[in-house]
Amino acid sequence: MAAYLLDFEKPIGELENKIEELKTFNLSGIANVDEEIKNLETKRDKVINEIFKNLNSWQIAQLSRHPSRPYTLDYIDIITDNFIEMHGDRAFMDDRSVVGGFGFIKKDNAALKPQRVLIVGHQKGRTTKDKMQRNFGMSNPEGYRKAQRLFKLAEKYLIPIITLIDTPGAYPGLGAEERGQSEAIARSIYTLLNIKVPVISVIIGEGGSGGAIAFGAADKVFMLEYSIYSVISPEGCASILYKDVARTEEAANALKLTAKDLLNLKIIDGIIPEPLGGSHRNKFDAAANLKNTIIEAINDLKNKKPDIIRDERIKKWINIGRTS
Amino acid sequence: MHLFRLKNNNKDKKDKKDAGKPAGIPEGLWVKCPGCSEIIYKKELERNLEVCPKCNYHFRINSENRIKIIFDEGSFVRLFDDLKPTDILDFKDTKKYKDRLKEDYEKTGLSDAAVAGYGLIEKIEAASVIFDFNFMGGSMGRVVGEKITKTFEYAIEKKLPVIIFTSSGGARMQEGIFSLMQMARTIAVISEYEKTRLPYISVLTDPTTGGVSASFASIGDIMIAEPKALIGFAGPRVIEKTIHQNLPEGFQRAEYLLEHGMIDMIVERKDIKNTIKNLLNLLIND
Repeated sequence: MAAYLLDFEKPIGELENKIEELKTFNLSGIANVDEEIKNLETKRDKVINEIFKNLNSWQIAQLSRHPSRPYTLDYIDIITDNFIEMHGDRAFMDDRSVVGGFGFIKKDNAALKPQRVLIVGHQKGRTTKDKMQRNFGMSNPEGYRKAQRLFKLAEKYLIPIITLIDTPGAYPGLGAEERGQSEAIARSIYTLLNIKVPVISVIIGEGGSGGAIAFGAADKVFMLEYSIYSVISPEGCASILYKDVARTEEAANALKLTAKDLLNLKIIDGIIPEPLGGSHRNKFDAAANLKNTIIEAINDLKNKKPDIIRDERIKKWINIGRTS
Repeated sequence: MHLFRLKNNNKDKKDKKDAGKPAGIPEGLWVKCPGCSEIIYKKELERNLEVCPKCNYHFRINSENRIKIIFDEGSFVRLFDDLKPTDILDFKDTKKYKDRLKEDYEKTGLSDAAVAGYGLIEKIEAASVIFDFNFMGGSMGRVVGEKITKTFEYAIEKKLPVIIFTSSGGARMQEGIFSLMQMARTIAVISEYEKTRLPYISVLTDPTTGGVSASFASIGDIMIAEPKALIGFAGPRVIEKTIHQNLPEGFQRAEYLLEHGMIDMIVERKDIKNTIKNLLNLLIND
């Protein structure tokens, strides 16, 4: 159950608390309240449906950053076997806001051939200490450079690349500038665009600006239903363009940053549905949907010759959102 | 992303009262140099390629004057001028995006923040994109991205080297995700252009930040910057707010980037044309 509740999730939380209470009641054997629990669960699902039917862009932005939302490592845990994480950019440090490694996609049945993948993604932290270590998912140049190193290894071993995007943006720090943040992002885009194995990107939470596109130059780009993808955060946009942070909701709407918006604008290739109430309410279902999309996309791409994969990707990106 | 525009606008507003602007050349006969605070005769400044004769401060220059400095007289031919920005997201902040475009068109005579074309640099033909900071802070939206893309495509077809002069606060927020996409788009076309084995020279002028800095501008075969040009991913004010401390003197300036290995050279405005000519002579395999 989600411990943290967004404002618009509160009615759900209240029902969930009641359900929990009744369950303990049940356990203690004082009385059988199965019927009531069932009723409340039906009611809860109805309430969730009602709320989620009419989410606005700002609410979706809040969901995309929900503190209980599954992160890259949660998905890796659920969808891979024998995952081995790699570390470091071989030049300066290991940026822990980016995780990357090789593994097999978990098989649904034993008859299937094992599918190797490289998964690289932004990683946010859950506890305060973890958040600090992960720098809130905001990468320094070394994060993008570690990624580039792994992209090239994947190419060498003919392993498809999956990137999971979840960052507020690249870190705006002194050291980041000193060590070439701009170059690191540009080079990450360049490397992905030119790599000769399939590249599939999924925005799983926040797709924040340059930090997101650094991992987003893929053959196929998907978004989880309640993720966002934007050139600037709604808050940033409100404060810079509207000169008023109170207008964040308006800015979120104007930016067209939801999965639906971006599919309509032909920026992404598909939306991965989330479980009722969002991925944080059932990370296993969310991961299953993610996995299915990844497998399907790999199957679509994996028989293409390496040069063709690269050339088609370049062509796609030269023409994205073309004006003429 | 393009915090600079805001910063500069504020400065402009303030400085209008003081009759002197830090960027570009104001209307009066005399100009106060932001570098040394000396009062300079405007004509003299123009003769000196808009570089302060006292302290070598490089004023920001518009695309027209940049073209005059770089290309052989009368040789520059503009391309893709028919491309006009559209308000694809129907974007409105404190002003309608459409109105901002109109205002800046009236102010600059430009349809967007970059001019594309080809011309001769000491008799060597080159394709080029020249940013103009006066148009919405040189920000990159679909039209700027399109001009860069088309220029590289033109250069592939005609087998020409490409020189890009940037002066930009970054991606144009009013075009939302479309401006972000230009980062990958421009890098995609450069990847294709590389097959020609012709040089792409990136000349960073004041300022080059955000989505422009973090895309095509940072992957030039040769990276040149003008003296003291501000170059970086995040704007200095954003960084100060993040790290809660003052930034060191010279932070994110061209000299700082050279010292940290991010660019090949700093070249004064008066020498840029000659430097480009020499590089092209060296790098183009006839």
